[in-house]
Amino acid sequence: MSAPTLQPAGGPGMDAVRSAAPALGWRDRRRRTTSFVMLALTGVAAVLTVIPLLLILFHLLRAGLSSISANFFTHVPVPVGEAGGGIGNSLLGTVMLVVLAGTMGLPIAIGAGMYLAEAQGSRVANTVRFVTDVMNGIPSIVIGIFVWAWVVVTMGHFSAFAGGVALAIMLIPMVTRTTEEMVRLVPRELKEGGLALGFTRWRTALGIVLPAARSGILTGVLIALARIAGETAPLLFTAFGNPFWEWRLGQPVDALPVRIFYYAISPYEEWHRLAWAGSLLLIALVLAVSLAARFLIRSPYRGR
Amino acid sequence: MQKTIEAPVAAVAPVTQPPAPRPPLETPQLAVEALDFSFWYGQTRALDGISLRIPERKVTALIGPSGCGKSTFLRSINRMNDLIPGVRHDGDIRLRGDSVYAAGQDVVHLRKRVGMVFQKSNPFPKSIYDNVAYGARVNGIARGRRELDETVERSLRQAALWDEVKDRLDRSALGLSGGQQQRLCIARALAVQPQVLLMDEPASALDPIATQKIEELIYELKDEYTIVIVTHNMQQAARVSDLTAFFYMGDLVEVGRTDAMFTNPREERTEAYITGRFG
Repeated sequence: MSAPTLQPAGGPGMDAVRSAAPALGWRDRRRRTTSFVMLALTGVAAVLTVIPLLLILFHLLRAGLSSISANFFTHVPVPVGEAGGGIGNSLLGTVMLVVLAGTMGLPIAIGAGMYLAEAQGSRVANTVRFVTDVMNGIPSIVIGIFVWAWVVVTMGHFSAFAGGVALAIMLIPMVTRTTEEMVRLVPRELKEGGLALGFTRWRTALGIVLPAARSGILTGVLIALARIAGETAPLLFTAFGNPFWEWRLGQPVDALPVRIFYYAISPYEEWHRLAWAGSLLLIALVLAVSLAARFLIRSPYRGR
Repeated sequence: MQKTIEAPVAAVAPVTQPPAPRPPLETPQLAVEALDFSFWYGQTRALDGISLRIPERKVTALIGPSGCGKSTFLRSINRMNDLIPGVRHDGDIRLRGDSVYAAGQDVVHLRKRVGMVFQKSNPFPKSIYDNVAYGARVNGIARGRRELDETVERSLRQAALWDEVKDRLDRSALGLSGGQQQRLCIARALAVQPQVLLMDEPASALDPIATQKIEELIYELKDEYTIVIVTHNMQQAARVSDLTAFFYMGDLVEVGRTDAMFTNPREERTEAYITGRFG
């Protein structure tokens, strides 16, 4: 501290400044107190938001962790009374359903999102945007019933395909809107740069704008996939559930949330434990995807 | 690179005035010619009957206060204004004699012939190499790896950027400095081999040293390219351009040789603007 400083830290000058501050009137003191109290309340609200997740994790770990073993991932359910058994078929089914829904839904959703961003203000775009917002709000059970009526009844039986359709219908509006938002965040100059080079609109959109929005869109896709992976209601009358290994798209398949649902409403202690373990697995998957999404957000806008 | 004969810049007066007599053999070809061109954003008229002849291989500066229409005119040459809803135009602009606004004109083809550099540098979120190669490949200028390599190197050399980036062509262009990014955008435009290069305040976001590099570059490029540059910086216009066109409130007030314009403007409004009395 031997170096000379520009201003004396403390000393008579500082005291003079301090004593020069006017005394606060009661009105100012009240405003200060109000501000402090309101700020503290929002802080409490912020902490309360996190508590459910912590409680859920804690409870699931306590109730479910003991049932998780290698068999849990590789075996199919066993009849009541037998020890062991797993949910390998449900895991496989969930992966199948999510891949199916993604294959069917993502090209449509990303294409639609780019259209909405491109055709700003057109009547078609405004209508489509409104409809996707409405679709985002449709209860998932309604989508399940609709797909049952149109796909399951037509095909004559439950199937992985029908489940995939139901999940795709849920996926499309979510990804459409995030794609639109992300594409709109791409600077206009970038788009003009492509057009000024003599690129067509579609090449500018696909070759320049879409890659620039890539990490944001990918994040939205991951979050949406995690959402549909946890859906139960639309699968109840479509993929239906299946206690055996099944990989054919035309047959009913199991899914993690559906298995949890059946186990949880059963009267058997052993199945309840498996339901807890399944819930733990499901939430671990969702957490993993969310973390992956965060990682993607952190490196936005990077070229290769 | 020695040029002994300096082509005279005679054909620059507004076409409403009779062109000055000149020796026929040295007639500079016209790169861009505006014929009574007007432009509206909705109800607002941004350009009012502009007639302007821009000769080849010269630098033409468009100057004027904000909102005078100079950028609108620049963006009318490659029809970038088409992107804005509710615009309309009257009159025509010719690019080497071809009507830019003719019914059959393909905008994409037009923009291949007219390169553009923007105020804010806008490299694509790709590697340095791909930024330059992309346009050349898409527009069929270069095919195959070797041709592309050559095009990229030539364009980067023309943009005076090669020595700074030759060892990191595969790195992201977004890691370059602002001035380097702008020169990369110039290289990207040059790679498509445009007939005219439009520059919309290319140095306004750059520091003095980067600005100087861009200006030197413009000076180099005019041997091979026709350049139209919009600038707010009068010194810049005086330094880099052969011809200057002064826009004011949608009118083309005066156009002529830059040295004459800055020393002896014909119009009072021009003099008032370049001496800093308004704008």
